[in-house]
Amino acid sequence: MALLELTHVHKRFGGLHAVNDVSFAVQPGQIKAVIGPNGAGKTTLFNCIAGTFPPSEGSVHFNGQPIEGLEPHRIASRGLSRTFQNIKLYPGLTALENVMIGRHCRSRAGFWAGMLRLPSTFREEREIRERSLEYLELLGIADLADSEATSLAFGQQRAVEFARALAAEPTLLLLDEPAAGLNIYETAEVARLITTIRDRGITVLLVEHDMSLVMDISDEIVVLSFGQKIAEDTPHNIQQNTEVIRIYLGEDDAAD
Amino acid sequence: MARYLPLALLAIVVIVVQQIAQWSDATYYLTQLTMTAYYSLVIVGLCLLMGYAGQISLGHAGFFAIGGYLSAMLTTHDLMPYQGNALFKALGSLGLLVHQQDLFGASVLHVTPWAACIAAVLTAALIAFCLGIPVLKLKGHYLAMATLGFGIIIFRVALATPLFGEADGISEVPGFTLLPGLTVSGDFAARTSNYYIAWGMVLLTMLLLSQLIHSRIGRALRAIHGSEEAARAMGVDTARYKLQTFVLSAVLAAVAGVFLTHFNGGLGPSEAGIMKSVRYVAIVAIGGMANLWGALIMGVVLNFLSLRGFFGTYDDAVFGAILIVIMLFAPHGLLHRGILRELKNLFRKNGHGPA
Ligand SMILES: Nc1ncnc2c1ncn2[C@@H]1O[C@H](COP(=O)(O)OP(=O)(O)OP(=O)(O)O)[C@@H](O)[C@H]1O
Ligand SMILES: [Mg+2]
Repeated sequence: MALLELTHVHKRFGGLHAVNDVSFAVQPGQIKAVIGPNGAGKTTLFNCIAGTFPPSEGSVHFNGQPIEGLEPHRIASRGLSRTFQNIKLYPGLTALENVMIGRHCRSRAGFWAGMLRLPSTFREEREIRERSLEYLELLGIADLADSEATSLAFGQQRAVEFARALAAEPTLLLLDEPAAGLNIYETAEVARLITTIRDRGITVLLVEHDMSLVMDISDEIVVLSFGQKIAEDTPHNIQQNTEVIRIYLGEDDAAD
Repeated sequence: MARYLPLALLAIVVIVVQQIAQWSDATYYLTQLTMTAYYSLVIVGLCLLMGYAGQISLGHAGFFAIGGYLSAMLTTHDLMPYQGNALFKALGSLGLLVHQQDLFGASVLHVTPWAACIAAVLTAALIAFCLGIPVLKLKGHYLAMATLGFGIIIFRVALATPLFGEADGISEVPGFTLLPGLTVSGDFAARTSNYYIAWGMVLLTMLLLSQLIHSRIGRALRAIHGSEEAARAMGVDTARYKLQTFVLSAVLAAVAGVFLTHFNGGLGPSEAGIMKSVRYVAIVAIGGMANLWGALIMGVVLNFLSLRGFFGTYDDAVFGAILIVIMLFAPHGLLHRGILRELKNLFRKNGHGPA
């Protein structure tokens, strides 16, 4: 059974048809990429999956259950985690605290437990902190744990966001342009990281403009153009696909 | 452990101040310090809502007034005419009503202060809950205006309802016996014990709230403040936490209203006024927004000065001015960690040194 399945998903903003009849599935253990020119509707598609807004039409199944129209926090606690194209960290919180928020859906202390600081809360809080530190270590930024997250360098902020998403222990991770704004070393690091977490059993769906990254690590690629899916294939075949070359790579060349 | 140090310090300061007042024959200060303590409950509750969860309320005097007015009305309104009514019979048999003698020796029937207090606080919580569900969907200015509207309604209701004494408010509110021998009242003899009741409540509230802000929920509230979208994406039920925080802060305001009313023996419509709500917001802002202790300290200092008449007839103007100045020059408030650096920068910019 597919882990994530989109069937005839549409999203309209007024007259703009940002996502137009997109269907595809993500199998467990895959790294799948969504590519397409600027404005193709990639981020909008992610937002429909993660529940930021519901699709105008169509359905989204996660683990066999329909999730379209559910609130984002419900989708998150079912095991779907994400990062944002334009980094969204919490200002005023340290890097570690940002990652600790990632463990929110894996912990439960409520208002009363928090106010009374019950022994069980105390234990849970320690567990949250320890696990979050592990994810900072995985990302190689444990030394920045106590720095204010939004004052870090751009690449470090991306790493904090990555750690935050992983701390939720998702089964499916949505990454919206994880390498945007990173230099080639950092990009290589991101590629290595994505394959590492896939090997740990996390399925990855990513949007990325860096073609070498996408071609290197993806098992399958979906190509969007003006909201429509124009191809879905292996990296090798996508590179041979004449329509993709014309629509996607052609426009890319024109932009250069 | 460092978290409990300020609490211990506060407890020591509370005791030392009382001792000094006693030995220097200045116990009349304790009355204003007791009132200040109750206002501080409103302020730290609002600080949690505004500073931590990032949701403004310009209607918190309304919740204070709901608590104060309901408790005052229930403990002073004569229920004798309804004595035969089945509902009141049932309340009576539950021990929720008391027979008393009024000034002229006539027998009157009132709700007991404990029952009145609980009814008042629960009502405030219920109103906050029902109001919070729609208005907390709003953000920024829109939320400010909606809560302002709520505050105006409560103020006008207090002012226009005969049951609430219209412009005169309610007076001759009886003392509220918490435990045998421990009564919230303006009785001269009970001045010291009332000071300790009030500050004990502040200490308890600070203990609970400072534990809360360092908990999973407190972190989630700060995340909501920082980026609601990212908080939702990480599994934080933002609507629910905002509502719970709103109700919690309304309950603190209502409890403060109940206690201060029994302590003062009454209250008037000015307690429900918009200027009171603005004052609470100004104090949270000057205290550093996301800073419980800053809000408490500024609340104590400014309310005490205000109650001592230090600002004279410009009382409300002072709080308005504070808001303007804080928003212009120190939007992060006065009491926060970066303030020293900011001061240095301020002088560097205006001084002759290199920019
Ligand atoms: N919330 C919104 N309201 C209105 N229009 C939107 C909204 N979000 C996206 N759009 C529009 O939908 C279209 C698709 O945008 P989207 O951000 O999904 O593209 P994208 O493929 O992620 O592009 P990029 O590569 O630049 O990130 C654009 O025309 C955009 O302006
Ligand atoms: Mg995008």
